[in-house]
Amino acid sequence: MGPSLRRALLTALIMGVLGAWLGAAPAVSPEDQVHLLAAELRCPVCQNLSVGDSPSEMANQMRELIREKLQQGESPDQIRAYFVSRYGEWILLAPKRQGFNWVAWLLPFGAILVGVGVIGWVVRRGAARSRASRTEALQPLDPQYARRLEAELKEWGR
Amino acid sequence: MATWKKLIVPIAIIPVLLLLAYGFKTNPREVPSPLIGQPAPPFAMHFFDGGTTSLGELHGKPVVVNFWASWCFPACFEEAPALEAAWQAYRERGVMVIGVDIQDREADAKAFIERFKLSFPNGPDLQGKITIDYGVYGVPETFFIGKDGKIHYKHVGALDRKVLRAKIEEML
Amino acid sequence: MISTLGRFSLALALGIALYGALVSILGAQRRRPALVESGRGAVFAVFGLVTFAVLLMEAALVGRDFSIQYVARNGSLGTPLLYTVIALWGALEGSILLWIWILALMSLLAVQIEGKRHREMIPYATAVLLCISAFFLFLAAFPANPFKSIFPPPIDGRGPNPLLQNHPLMAIHPPCLYAGYVGWSIPYAFAMAALITGRLGDEWIRTVRRWSIMAWGFLTMGIILGGWWSYAVLGWGGYWAWDPVENASLLPWLTGTAFLHTVMIQERRKMLKVWNLALIITTFSLTIFGTFLTRSGILSSVHAFSESTIGPMFLAFIALILFSSFWLLVKRSDGLKAEGDLDSLISRESAFLMNNLLLLGFAFAVFLGTLFPLLSEAVRGVKVSVGEPFFNKVNVPIGLVLIFLMGIGPLIAWRRASLESLRRTFTVPLLLAFLGSGVASFVGVRGLYPLLAFALAVFAAVTVLQEFARGTLTRRRITGEGYLTALSNLTRRSRRRYGGLIVHLGVVLVVIGITASTIFKLEKEVTLERGESVHLGRYQVRFDELTARQEPQRFVVEGTFSVFNAARKVAEMRPSKRFYSSEQQPIGSVHVRSTPREDLYLILSSFTRDGASATLKVLIRPLVMWIWLGGAVMALGALVAIWPDRRVLAAEPLKERVAWQPGRS
Repeated sequence: MGPSLRRALLTALIMGVLGAWLGAAPAVSPEDQVHLLAAELRCPVCQNLSVGDSPSEMANQMRELIREKLQQGESPDQIRAYFVSRYGEWILLAPKRQGFNWVAWLLPFGAILVGVGVIGWVVRRGAARSRASRTEALQPLDPQYARRLEAELKEWGR
Repeated sequence: MATWKKLIVPIAIIPVLLLLAYGFKTNPREVPSPLIGQPAPPFAMHFFDGGTTSLGELHGKPVVVNFWASWCFPACFEEAPALEAAWQAYRERGVMVIGVDIQDREADAKAFIERFKLSFPNGPDLQGKITIDYGVYGVPETFFIGKDGKIHYKHVGALDRKVLRAKIEEML
Repeated sequence: MISTLGRFSLALALGIALYGALVSILGAQRRRPALVESGRGAVFAVFGLVTFAVLLMEAALVGRDFSIQYVARNGSLGTPLLYTVIALWGALEGSILLWIWILALMSLLAVQIEGKRHREMIPYATAVLLCISAFFLFLAAFPANPFKSIFPPPIDGRGPNPLLQNHPLMAIHPPCLYAGYVGWSIPYAFAMAALITGRLGDEWIRTVRRWSIMAWGFLTMGIILGGWWSYAVLGWGGYWAWDPVENASLLPWLTGTAFLHTVMIQERRKMLKVWNLALIITTFSLTIFGTFLTRSGILSSVHAFSESTIGPMFLAFIALILFSSFWLLVKRSDGLKAEGDLDSLISRESAFLMNNLLLLGFAFAVFLGTLFPLLSEAVRGVKVSVGEPFFNKVNVPIGLVLIFLMGIGPLIAWRRASLESLRRTFTVPLLLAFLGSGVASFVGVRGLYPLLAFALAVFAAVTVLQEFARGTLTRRRITGEGYLTALSNLTRRSRRRYGGLIVHLGVVLVVIGITASTIFKLEKEVTLERGESVHLGRYQVRFDELTARQEPQRFVVEGTFSVFNAARKVAEMRPSKRFYSSEQQPIGSVHVRSTPREDLYLILSSFTRDGASATLKVLIRPLVMWIWLGGAVMALGALVAIWPDRRVLAAEPLKERVAWQPGRS
């Protein structure tokens, strides 16, 4: 297989995969929509489980209610708002992205970005230091030894 | 070592410790209801003994809506007599007491009613719609709806006679 | 009688622990070997006394001695023997006793094994370990005493929480997890001893590293077993719910993993000394924090022991540990200057630093998410929930980058990696990663994160296998051994490196298992009449009948379901509902059929009294077994890494061949 053919195949593979990575997700069936919504709501009678996961009767009833509301044409936002109006923000398994809650969503990434900056700075400082010490260590060679080195190198080069 | 480096750790740790200490005062299982002061969600129900009602019919009257279940021991067992006593005492003055039985079986519910000789109307919430509509997350929970149709107070856990009487009086 | 003996032994152990700590420190400061020996003896005495207390408690449990409150609450006449024995750690007081026992055992082993090597440090390490034991002994002797007696003794006990007697996993998960938690006390004790004595040389780091790997190994197994417990016992179809207590066990694992990586930088390049010490202190503090969270009642969780008054005591202990340890670290920081320097952004050092950053970022996200409901209530007065959607959205990207680093780290050169070496090493893995992603997409995987996850898993796996292959082939070329011999000798000569690579392979398996079981999950809930079937994936599940039976401690209603795969019957499964007299609601018991390809998971949701119909929830989760397998591989890798080299490398075939050549002068 020639090099240009190999490269072409390689490019095709990489483009294909990138396309798959960035491509759209498949369409969601109505039952899946129920699941998706249910996964965002907290089961009120369980410990930290979503309405989607919980086997309890209340979770069953909530899922049924979500199904009905979707069939009646309500949007996911409306359904979420309904539950929040009855139980409070606590019913949502992830804090709404507003106001103070942004602290939870952004602080970890912010901290990591700051950390990347710190690592970059520390590494660069260290690299500069070691470069400095390396050049320091190089001293001019004693002329006597330099001549001898030249002579021996010439002998070997033959 | 630079001063600021020495202080990083205590400065980072102290707020966390304070937050954890604050946690001792809160109760993670308690969920405040957003419905207090709001108009009570409308509902319609059939009673075990055959009658029906809806919230609309009861407008202008103070209503005590009690969510219970026959398997809810000991709390529902403790408060059932208190509710019955309140019903007897206040029904002449126009107060309505309604029991909503949730996640239960009809036979067990009827046995419960029979055991405590409850005379106020009780009915099942078969699909859980009323339960969810009122943001109920456990039993027993009791809602006090005023004459204006707004939720005056929500009580989580067993009610005793004193609280019942006090809250009903507030609504009259 | 048992009550008095038990209380006495715990109180005595507390006294001896305090005595031992004091005497060890005095002995070290005043150079009195007799005192130090006495301190060492205290460690043995504490272990003896605590073992005695544990045996007493077991005797009380098995003997159904209901005059002891703990036995009355956690044992019963009807509970089978196994669950009676393991009820030792079923509730708060007993679990603290277990913690103390494991700590006493590990302290003893540490003092014995490391005693001769670190004569200067051992007294201080002993003192630290005894102080930690003393704290827990104090809890056990006073507020959380397991030997409290109750009068009059009830006729029958309440029995353990039904969730704790449904599955034999309860026998291994807590001890394993506790060993993982407690294990970090040893590196911490030696770290403190090193800081106090100023002996921060190489030997210390090697000792600490060994115990850290052991603790890490147990913690890994404990966490994986916890996931398995959640899956098989809690019966909601999942293995991780980002429950606060699950998160609390993950935190020290993350910081501990970070430590195990940067400790390698310290060994090679003598850098990051302060950083590593900070990591050990943090990891140990997080182990105490984890146990605090379970017992304080400040967060609601599936695991929470009954809320108790010991919460504030734990908090005070954590504060003490953090402040004293970091103060000591700051004081000694001048003696911990780095002797090397970082050279380049493209190097193993940088990769490890990024690894640390991401692991700590991950830990920070988990920590913040777990405490955020409390924070929100404190700041806004509004309760919010932080659960799976949050943690997945925040942690998955971080995790993916970590897997990428995991592939790069072992293979990138120290100090400075040339682009040429990068190209040579990573071209094949990258290509195969893309190929793997293509295959995954062909098989039906959709979405950026899942495809990336598969690609990176392949990348990391290929780098590991490439290393093993290169090493084995090179060795074969030199020594002419067979493939398997070469491989085993290769591993034996460099246990840490190849043990670490095995761990990475285990992580890859876990990642693949988690990704596949999440995105290809199928579920259906139906109500079936007898004889009716439901179809999901490749299986038909037919409801045969409902039976009921009385067992000594519970009443069981069991459904029998026949499972068919393409018209051939492959299994009979019996999910059930178990009714315990102490519980208002029945406890579901799921039935899982596991194959390497997928798990078939049956939950009996409800049934009619006459047994004519049953509501069944069926789940299919592919590759779940890979998660447990991956966990085992990780533990195996840790074992390989920690296995001691029995002797210094003796003369090898290579040396022999070169050294002995007849006829040359």
